[in-house]
Amino acid sequence: MPQSVVERLNNYHAKEHANIHRGVYQLSERATLEYEDARKKISEFLNARKVEEIIFTRGTTNAINLVANSFGREFFKAGDEIIISYMEHHSNIVPWQMLCEQLGTKLKVVPISDVGELDMSVFGELLNERTKLVAITHVSNVLGTVNPVNEITAMAHDCGAKVLIDGAQSAPHMPVDVQDIDCDFYVFSGHKMCGPTGIGVLYAKMDLLNRMRPYEGGGDMILSVSFDKTLYAEVPAKFEAGTPPIAAAIGLGSAVDYLNNIGMSVIHEYEQSLTKYAMDSLREVSDLKFFGTSPTKSGVISFNVKGIHAHDMGTLLNDYGVAVRTGHHCAQPVMERYKVPATTRASLYLYNTRDDIDVLVESIRKVQKLFN
Amino acid sequence: MSSKQIYQEVILDHCKKPRNWGKIDNPTHKAEGINPLCGDHIWVTMNVRDDTVDDIQYEGESCAICMASGSMMTTKIKGGSLAAASKLIDDFRALTTGALENTEEKTLGSLSIFSGIRDLPSRVKCAMLPWHTLTAAINSQGEVSTEGDHDPVPGSGTDK
Repeated sequence: MPQSVVERLNNYHAKEHANIHRGVYQLSERATLEYEDARKKISEFLNARKVEEIIFTRGTTNAINLVANSFGREFFKAGDEIIISYMEHHSNIVPWQMLCEQLGTKLKVVPISDVGELDMSVFGELLNERTKLVAITHVSNVLGTVNPVNEITAMAHDCGAKVLIDGAQSAPHMPVDVQDIDCDFYVFSGHKMCGPTGIGVLYAKMDLLNRMRPYEGGGDMILSVSFDKTLYAEVPAKFEAGTPPIAAAIGLGSAVDYLNNIGMSVIHEYEQSLTKYAMDSLREVSDLKFFGTSPTKSGVISFNVKGIHAHDMGTLLNDYGVAVRTGHHCAQPVMERYKVPATTRASLYLYNTRDDIDVLVESIRKVQKLFN
Repeated sequence: MSSKQIYQEVILDHCKKPRNWGKIDNPTHKAEGINPLCGDHIWVTMNVRDDTVDDIQYEGESCAICMASGSMMTTKIKGGSLAAASKLIDDFRALTTGALENTEEKTLGSLSIFSGIRDLPSRVKCAMLPWHTLTAAINSQGEVSTEGDHDPVPGSGTDK
């Protein structure tokens, strides 16, 4: 985590810790201002039309579950269809499956090609007047593929369907403009973009937020409560029941400042060049197979080396100071698609260098030597 | 001890030359073991006569830690009694989860190399799967999963 974010969190915990939206004492007023200021920073980061279109959640998963319950359960019925894809993270599969079980809604899945791209012609065929929602990841967390979200959104809107974009892997790595994409929902997590854990964001268009039911009931989301009738608060408070993760929201605001200071375009270009260097270097390793080789690829590099299980690779790379994710990456359908139980994944970010890549490649070769 | 040392000293030897590799035809006891999180899938077959393990074989697809653990397991179990096998299963579980005192590790002989696994909690299930499957074979349970009710180390998995 950047030092500036750590310091911001420390300062909040040491000197500003108070609950928001209630106290008339100065400490509480100050915490409220900081929390709402973080919301403003995030709305500008995504280029939302209104600050109120930003809802704080516990993370991407929580944000998707919010949409499934407050939007899906309210407006979908038996026979309606939801389209997702083969490359979704479990968090963009399971909430929709649960909704389908409850409502009798049908889940349709867009297949992916050998290089890891969505089959857009099948997507076009799956879209119809029964499609109520298209929920697709912006960037695959296993394959790195950057999906054509503008095109997907336009096609879905032509059929009258709403669109949710899972931005967990895009918000940290590239400039994102929700007005340009024109998606109805965009979700992401704080901890993947230099922020703390336990905080995430749901962006949604204001007219939808106004029509959606609250997700959770409790304090802070009400206008008035009586046993006869409870009136809900306005957006965004309507979706933020209870004391929110105030420190984490302020920390995320600070992380957005940090990223903006460098510039999202600069970060994106740097990562693209590092990804190319990494792919070129890894291609030189014998018996190494990539999963996800789309030309539109972000810095998520999955691979396996022949004869070495991904978990053995991960355990041994750790000995050389290289931290990689191994396993199914919470995307078991992707593993099934490429017929592997697990892959090793190197994930690049702005703090990585070409030297890091060199150490990775050299360490993979050492592990190979150990096994041979 | 680094992971590299653990792999170098014993595990890779057993991976490259797994002992008692295969499946016995018409065994008296058998079981299939699955770790859905890693994709490990193994079989243990045994011939038991008068409470003695006459023969035991092991086969499957797995990571190196699981494979070596299974190979070494067969060499320890073969020729011994079922009671001795059960005792060894308990001792091995205690060893990999760190519940065993250092002095007791000696009774496990070459298996004590797996004590290093306790520092890699996410890999404990890999080492335990063959033993877990052996338990199922002794009890004639047929098929076990590391994610089932008989999970030897509940909560140690990290990959959800």
